Amino acid sequence: MNKPDLQKLINAAASGKRPHFFSDHDVDRLLSIVWAMAAELAVTRERLDTVERLLAKRALLDRAAIDAYRPDGAAAAERGQWQMEYLSRLLRVLQQEVDALQREVR
Amino acid sequence: MSPEATHDEIARFNFLANFNKYMSNVVVAGIAVAYERRVAPHWRAQHGVDPADRREIRAAMSADAYYQLWSALRRSGMEIRQQAGRSLVLRQMQALRDRARELNAACAATLRLDDSITIPRYQSELDNHCMPGSYYAEYIDDDVSAAANYDAGMFATTTGLFGRYLDGAGRGTAHWLRRYRPGWQPRRILDLGCGLGHNLLPLARAYLEAEVIGVDIAAPMLRYGHARAVGMGLGRVIFQQANAERLPFEDASFDFIYSTMFLHETSHAALRNILGEVHRLLAPGGVQLHLEQPPYRGMSDFEQFLRDWDCHYNNEPFWSALHETHLPTLLAEKGFAQTDIFETEIHAIVEDEMPKVAAEIEDFGRGGLWYACGAAA
Repeated sequence: MNKPDLQKLINAAASGKRPHFFSDHDVDRLLSIVWAMAAELAVTRERLDTVERLLAKRALLDRAAIDAYRPDGAAAAERGQWQMEYLSRLLRVLQQEVDALQREVR
Repeated sequence: MSPEATHDEIARFNFLANFNKYMSNVVVAGIAVAYERRVAPHWRAQHGVDPADRREIRAAMSADAYYQLWSALRRSGMEIRQQAGRSLVLRQMQALRDRARELNAACAATLRLDDSITIPRYQSELDNHCMPGSYYAEYIDDDVSAAANYDAGMFATTTGLFGRYLDGAGRGTAHWLRRYRPGWQPRRILDLGCGLGHNLLPLARAYLEAEVIGVDIAAPMLRYGHARAVGMGLGRVIFQQANAERLPFEDASFDFIYSTMFLHETSHAALRNILGEVHRLLAPGGVQLHLEQPPYRGMSDFEQFLRDWDCHYNNEPFWSALHETHLPTLLAEKGFAQTDIFETEIHAIVEDEMPKVAAEIEDFGRGGLWYACGAAA
């Protein structure tokens, strides 16, 4: 299985109609994205907390070095890949909408 | 037999567990406030009376902004939980499958899969509690990913109330049975809809001499559950693929038959067939017990309305019907003597360091306390 297929599988919807709760259904859709983003922000915060605690424990934290850091090619590619997966996580609801439309066409 | 998790994958579940806890400890209380302060008064002004039942309460609440946001957040949390589990598990599904194969080969005789088992319509129509692919989807040969996802995410959903190994209901059941029948040694034990065996293994530990069998229709759950059991030194526990409506066992061949949170995932017709099978399979002097969320009878309309959320918005289509079913009557119809039928409560038994249900506000369907209905044969 190649990478895009795996992402699609990860983000698949459960069968059954997705309920909507707001009179404007776009609000449901937006909330789905916002809440996924909230989760990811919490994840990032936790990771940052881990890094800070580990560095502080070893007396290695130099905040100026963080601002001065420039990723090399491999690091930049890894970050780019992370961003792609991050976006597919946030925008899952859009993928599912297209998936459903495609199923209807078939 | 668990998937390997990265820092961020763990952090994602940490967020979900805390989110669920926040929702049940903080946010849910506001629904009653919204109902009492604005929704019910508005309904009374329009209709001259209170909402007559949970359906009218739901109709009234559906227009309320707080309830809408709570519902949308709750649904989003469920969907994020699925994605978190799938992104953790599917990236390593081959490795998990290989590990399961290895463990399963070590005790091959106790994993009994049956290709002829088909998924009943009441399961295939709708993915249970919003799990994409439900319990049974297979993406590769000998796939265990559905079970690994279920296992990995359930801790976050239940915020620790079911115990470190998610076996609080099984441990509670074993504890109950030892008190109900002191000194009794059941020879053969059957868990219906055992899934990956969270609540099956405690019975095997409690009754070392017994032949312990779990049945389920979903092969991924059985493969993973059997591998997990082997890994925990319980390779003697049998995981058998079978439909609980038509079980491949002889009459009167089990001393203890039970289920945990299984009946609400079956249709009413299936439920009747399953309880008929229990009557056929239970040996003289045997006991059956079924753990569920409490029935709606005796509850306020408002509490019924809250508990009913899963039926409408979390792909639990038989939730309402099961909670309106009078199980003791159904057992009597299936041939059990009225005097042998009972109802009781089962508490989760969890490790000392885990949270206890008494210390939490129950999240309408996710706490570690169950209603149970049973009968002696």
